[in-house]
Amino acid sequence: MNNVSVYCELEEGKIADVSFELLSKGRTLANQLNCKLEAYLFGHKLDGFEKELAPYGVDILYKADDAHLSPYTTLPHTSVMVGLFKENKPQVALMGATTIGRDLGPRVSSALGSGLTADCTELEIGEHEEKKEKKIYNNLLYQIRPAFGGNIIATIINPDCRPQMATVREGVMKKVIYDLKHKCEVVNVDAKKYFDETDFAVKIIERHIEESKINIKNSPVIVSGGFGVGSKENFQLLHRLANLLGGEVGATRAAVDAGFVEHERQVGQTGVTVRPKVYIACGISGQIQHLAGMQESSIIISINNDANAPINKIANYVINGKVENVVPKMIKYFKENSK
Amino acid sequence: MNAFKIIVLAKQVPDTRNVGKDAMKADGTVNRAVLPAIFNPEDLHALEQALRIKDQFPESIITLLTMGPVRAAEILREGFYRGADDGILLTDRAFAGSDTLATSYSLSCAIKKIKDFDIIICGRQAIDGDTAQVGPQVAEKLHIPQITYCEEIQAIDKKKITVKRRLERGVEVVECALPVLITVNNSAPHCRPRNAKRLMKFKHATTMSKHQETGGDYLATENANTHLSIKEWGISNIDCEHVQLGLAGSPTKVKKVDNIVFQSKESKRIDDFDEDISLLMKELIDSHIIG
Repeated sequence: MNNVSVYCELEEGKIADVSFELLSKGRTLANQLNCKLEAYLFGHKLDGFEKELAPYGVDILYKADDAHLSPYTTLPHTSVMVGLFKENKPQVALMGATTIGRDLGPRVSSALGSGLTADCTELEIGEHEEKKEKKIYNNLLYQIRPAFGGNIIATIINPDCRPQMATVREGVMKKVIYDLKHKCEVVNVDAKKYFDETDFAVKIIERHIEESKINIKNSPVIVSGGFGVGSKENFQLLHRLANLLGGEVGATRAAVDAGFVEHERQVGQTGVTVRPKVYIACGISGQIQHLAGMQESSIIISINNDANAPINKIANYVINGKVENVVPKMIKYFKENSK
Repeated sequence: MNAFKIIVLAKQVPDTRNVGKDAMKADGTVNRAVLPAIFNPEDLHALEQALRIKDQFPESIITLLTMGPVRAAEILREGFYRGADDGILLTDRAFAGSDTLATSYSLSCAIKKIKDFDIIICGRQAIDGDTAQVGPQVAEKLHIPQITYCEEIQAIDKKKITVKRRLERGVEVVECALPVLITVNNSAPHCRPRNAKRLMKFKHATTMSKHQETGGDYLATENANTHLSIKEWGISNIDCEHVQLGLAGSPTKVKKVDNIVFQSKESKRIDDFDEDISLLMKELIDSHIIG
């Protein structure tokens, strides 16, 4: 009871990275709250997953193994999760802000009448005083996220409803092994007990899942462009520099929305969070929602013809100039100097 | 012949995509006045999906439902110009401060009042919050299935609907019996432009309170041109529990709002002269940062 819980998402038979990241964060929160860490894994043919999950500090694994739970559809997963949450009453519930988590989370929160905060960039434990009622709440989950298009950062709390639910994007939290010998109790859940016959209304008739070809999260070098790069063609210049440096191309939301690059390349709160060795920001002014996704890069180089661009404040190097002039020079002098 | 009753949920949002430097006031709060209010982009995608069903089955009726302040009637007019048949503005002070759950509850009460529907379509998320929660929460409150991330409605008849969904790593085609709620992805087709004839017809469409405010003979307008009146519902028009509305009905509270302050670094500033960039690249290579 009153534990920290994490919904573990399966991606074509493997536990998603974001779930491990959330377990790591969940473990820290559980230690602070002096409670247990629970993992919820729903799918089919789930033998042996406890061995993978235990080292991340999972104390109890609730495993629902049923053919109806794979592949994922909304209603059966909702029913099992809502049923288990009503019995176990976790105080915190975390899930990935993935296509699955963002489909399941709100449905579950509505069924439980619980608050849900999307796309948190930080989770902390803190207290709150309700001044009008002179009521003090201890050990609340602070759900911190950029808001309003990323121009401000808001701390959200759920004082009265449990669980306190939050989704977090992949890459925001760090995946850390807690204890290789951690003991994990497995509870096998009879999913059928929770299903309603109306849960099977949506039928999957076709499914094509492709391995994502683009993975900027683990790239040591990222050359990133903003809307100011101007076009798909101009982004080719960034691709050339990235290839040369053994890196990947990233982009701001505006550049993705404009169709200059693929959505998978979006860096920021609603995209991917990255921590490369070098982040080269080309014509990026630096909205908070973008900075939130790249500020932990080891070295930040900003190329901008606006000397006052907000991103320059967090950059190690600021190159004052136009992207189309500077990038070719970087290509040229990298080649010359690395010979 | 088939005809469908479609409800499209839409939100008027500040255009956060075009936030300029004057968007923040000196005290760090958001200067809403300088941000234009627009039809949430993905809700327009949702309207387009509804219009495509109507293209195929012209007897279908599209009702646009929005919750917001009185000026949100603007997006209902925008919807009329593009082909929506009916518009309802859900507006009341009691809704102020709603989080996604309280919003979903209010919308679901309005939908229960509309009562007769086959499909609810809305955008995946709104650009001012990006939560993507209201669609699924409305579906849950109405106890109907949801299909999220719709890119295309491939087929529809009275028995079932077939939808292509765009997922992070692929696509899925699903089918489901009606009624159902569908959220439309940003990869779905853009909405058709305004129709000039409809624009002329509906440009004066407005709510009763606006008619009264402008001192017009609203009763005469109402009787003569029913299409010129946008339905305006407050809490007295829907069957709802007041404790579930607005701030009181919102489990999430904003504890505080901060201006983000990033740790400033000592940046090395250089110009785009050849020798400077050559030196920089050399420095980066020599310190094994790149190369």
